[in-house]
Amino acid sequence: MLASGVIALLKQPHRKLASSLAIGSLGFSLLLSLIAFCHVVSGWTHGAAVRETVGFTWFHFEGTTVDLGWVLDPLSAIMLVMVAVVGLLIFIYSVGYMAHDENFTRFFCFLSLFAGAMLGVVISNSLLLLFMCWEIVGLTSYLLIGFWYQKPSAAAAAKKAFVTTRVGDIFFFLGTVWLFSQTGTLLFYNHGVGSLDPLSLAILTTQHAGLGLSAAGAIALLIFAGAVGKSGQLPLHVWLPDAMEGPTPVSALIHAATMVAAGVYLVARVYPLMSIGAASNGTTAALTVVTWVGAATAVFAALIAIAQNDIKRILAYSTVSQLGYMMAGLGLGGVAVGMFHLITHAFFKGLLFLGAGSVIHGCHEEQDVRRMGGLRADMPLTFITYAIGMLALCGFPIFFSGFWSKDGILEAAKHSSAIKGPFYLLVFGALLTAFYMTRQVCYVFLGYWRGHKPAHESPKIMTLPLAILAFFAMALGLIGTPAWPWFHAFLEGRAAKFSFHGFVEPGLLLLMATSSLVVFLGLGFGWWLYGNKSPKPEEPDALEKSVPWLWAALRDRLYVDEFYGMTVIAFYYWWARVADWLDRRVWGGIVSFVAWLFALWAQLNRLLDINWVDGGFDKTCGEISEGGGLLASLQNGRVQSYLRILAVAVVALAVILFWSSRP
Amino acid sequence: MSPIFYLLAAITLAGGLASVLLKHLVHCALAVTVAFAGLALLFLELDAQFAGFAQILVYIGAVAILIVFAILLTRGSELPKGGVFSSTWLVGLVIAAGVFAVLGWAVLASVNAIPQSNIVPSVTVHDIGIALVGRYVLPLEIVALLLTAATIGAVIVAMHEKKERPQ
Amino acid sequence: MTTPLAGYLLVAALLFAIGLGGALVRRNAILVLIGIELMLNAANLNLIAFWRYGPHPEALTGMMFAIFSIAVAAAEAAVGLGLVIAIYRHTNTTELDKIDRMKG
Repeated sequence: MLASGVIALLKQPHRKLASSLAIGSLGFSLLLSLIAFCHVVSGWTHGAAVRETVGFTWFHFEGTTVDLGWVLDPLSAIMLVMVAVVGLLIFIYSVGYMAHDENFTRFFCFLSLFAGAMLGVVISNSLLLLFMCWEIVGLTSYLLIGFWYQKPSAAAAAKKAFVTTRVGDIFFFLGTVWLFSQTGTLLFYNHGVGSLDPLSLAILTTQHAGLGLSAAGAIALLIFAGAVGKSGQLPLHVWLPDAMEGPTPVSALIHAATMVAAGVYLVARVYPLMSIGAASNGTTAALTVVTWVGAATAVFAALIAIAQNDIKRILAYSTVSQLGYMMAGLGLGGVAVGMFHLITHAFFKGLLFLGAGSVIHGCHEEQDVRRMGGLRADMPLTFITYAIGMLALCGFPIFFSGFWSKDGILEAAKHSSAIKGPFYLLVFGALLTAFYMTRQVCYVFLGYWRGHKPAHESPKIMTLPLAILAFFAMALGLIGTPAWPWFHAFLEGRAAKFSFHGFVEPGLLLLMATSSLVVFLGLGFGWWLYGNKSPKPEEPDALEKSVPWLWAALRDRLYVDEFYGMTVIAFYYWWARVADWLDRRVWGGIVSFVAWLFALWAQLNRLLDINWVDGGFDKTCGEISEGGGLLASLQNGRVQSYLRILAVAVVALAVILFWSSRP
Repeated sequence: MSPIFYLLAAITLAGGLASVLLKHLVHCALAVTVAFAGLALLFLELDAQFAGFAQILVYIGAVAILIVFAILLTRGSELPKGGVFSSTWLVGLVIAAGVFAVLGWAVLASVNAIPQSNIVPSVTVHDIGIALVGRYVLPLEIVALLLTAATIGAVIVAMHEKKERPQ
Repeated sequence: MTTPLAGYLLVAALLFAIGLGGALVRRNAILVLIGIELMLNAANLNLIAFWRYGPHPEALTGMMFAIFSIAVAAAEAAVGLGLVIAIYRHTNTTELDKIDRMKG
């Protein structure tokens, strides 16, 4: 965060300084987070669950205090490392991508601010501090989406993102306030008296909030609403595809790896709130809602992704879909399952976005997939890394991390005794995922070039991060396999064993086979339809030829935006017009009336002043001058008049003397 | 009151009135001379012989001549255009009448308070001379100084103008 | 008028009033001086009358006063008429109404 402040003060030409400051500070943060991670790991290997907190008081009022603080436990440690690593790689990538842009320093300023805020979200111990950092994250996403603010579409997209997430944030804040009023603290863990500690949870579950929910459940749902906005779940997902107006590194960092993951992290953080008071079927009302929303989003977004033609938009809808998977995972299997998919997704989605950026850069800012093709030959490094990412996303078996994380979710879904529907939805979603990704890869890399100018490979500074991310995309899977459930144990504080015994659980192998089959089906179907063919941009898509009405609906994003436009936005316009009329007529009228009264009063004063005050004064002056004139006439220089006066005076004197001396 | 008194009073008052009412300045001068003479006779009537003769010598012999000279030198024989009386003569008349009224009333109101002595004083010139250099020597000297200054002053005033007169 | 003194005093008062009236009413400057002489004479008469009928006439106070007054009046007449002549030479008029410029 300090870096962002410093960069803000720097002038434009200091590009090298700005970027190195940003990268340096994030690298430093990475170092710190690795240290913290090792600390937590060491504590864990010794068998104790590590949870350390640092707190301080912010302000007092009326006997209660508002405290803020930071917490370091396995969950936050993992997130710290992930955010720092992915962020650092994307920073390095941006140096190359934004090299031509003139607002280089501003970009890094915003990026640093974002990174600082995101790290703040991850380590905060207080719901209030989390909310504040959450808001800063939202602000920086607004700034970065609208980075090229001269484009009206970019400015509109930024505004849309901010407003939509705001709607979610309102509910988030309501939940926060409710929690504070019930438990008296917003700290998560505070040596037994925090809001997520067992004591508070017990209080919350005994209170009822209507609709069959306990207070805990209601608060959890309100907070979840905030996550819905931030992570782009149904129905607040409309901002995420439009957010692709921002530069590609922004899309990678914010909308693939970190910011949208903040919503998932939030749900994971308040998981105790959501899961307390589990009914006999093993889940609570709050978790059920979470699961259904997640599953529905997953399928909805995947459907739309099939029919998009912008390379980044396909990835955007894919992100929405995968976030739905994460939410469903949280709802069905708990924190570990959802978080595992979050971590792996961060890496391979970040990779995919950066790869897309490389493609766009190489095709001279072209973003329509129908004008690309045959890039396998022109951009080999990009192609390889992109393919790795794509296969990870689809969940190609064994070698790719996506397989293990997605399988974890599917397994939890299958085992959930209460809700069956999500399992089938999620499987269907996996099929769709494989299908659209294949379509994209075929359009972009296979076939022949359909663009205008020939493409070129990207510079090393961009391809290096791609390679690193690709490595992680493959390797991370290993820490979550059932054979060595290191990740899950780490999060839950158990010990982990490495043994192939984990594979022998009933139904597990069958599940793995099923999901692999689904993936192959999707891949094959895609290859069959699109394969090496590269239809001309003007020709309709292959699928479109068969089911045109469905295609149109999907391409138009299932009309969600239009729906919003008709209802919510129309209402706001009407309301704004009413307010304006009120302002101009009523309030304005009152103000004008008061002003008229004052003018009248001023006129009255003026009349009074002129006639009485001035007139009286003038008259007095006139009379004084006349008197003066009169007196001056005595001094006329005429001897006889002097004599007269003398005589009169003598007479008067004589009279007085005689009068006074009479006996 | 003896008839002489009335006669002398009448002469004096008539002379005074005439001197202020006549048109020609020379006539006024002559009338005032008559008034001076009447006054001198009144002084003689009051047994103040020296004062009476001094009055004749000084006033009639010097002041009246002086007045005539002044009239001559200032072309007083020509009558002014707008009349001899000023435009506000009524005010002056009223004031004079007021003064007389006050004085007369004072006299009449207090006449009984004055002790009267009918002793006829015998005053000789010898007595006056001794008084002048004895008791009244200071006023004598001062008046001598005054007369000298007045003479010199009058000459200077008149002579100064003579010098500036264009030849 | 039961006493002669009152008679003389009244005559003097009347003479004084006449002199004052003449000084105030006439236009010519010389006539103003004539009036003033009349006033002085009236005062002399007053003095002599009081000397004659008042107490201690042997002190000669009244007489002396009157004699001195005559002397002073003569001096004053001389100077005054000299002034009138000088003013006449300067402004070519003896009318008092026209001589009202107080500036040198």
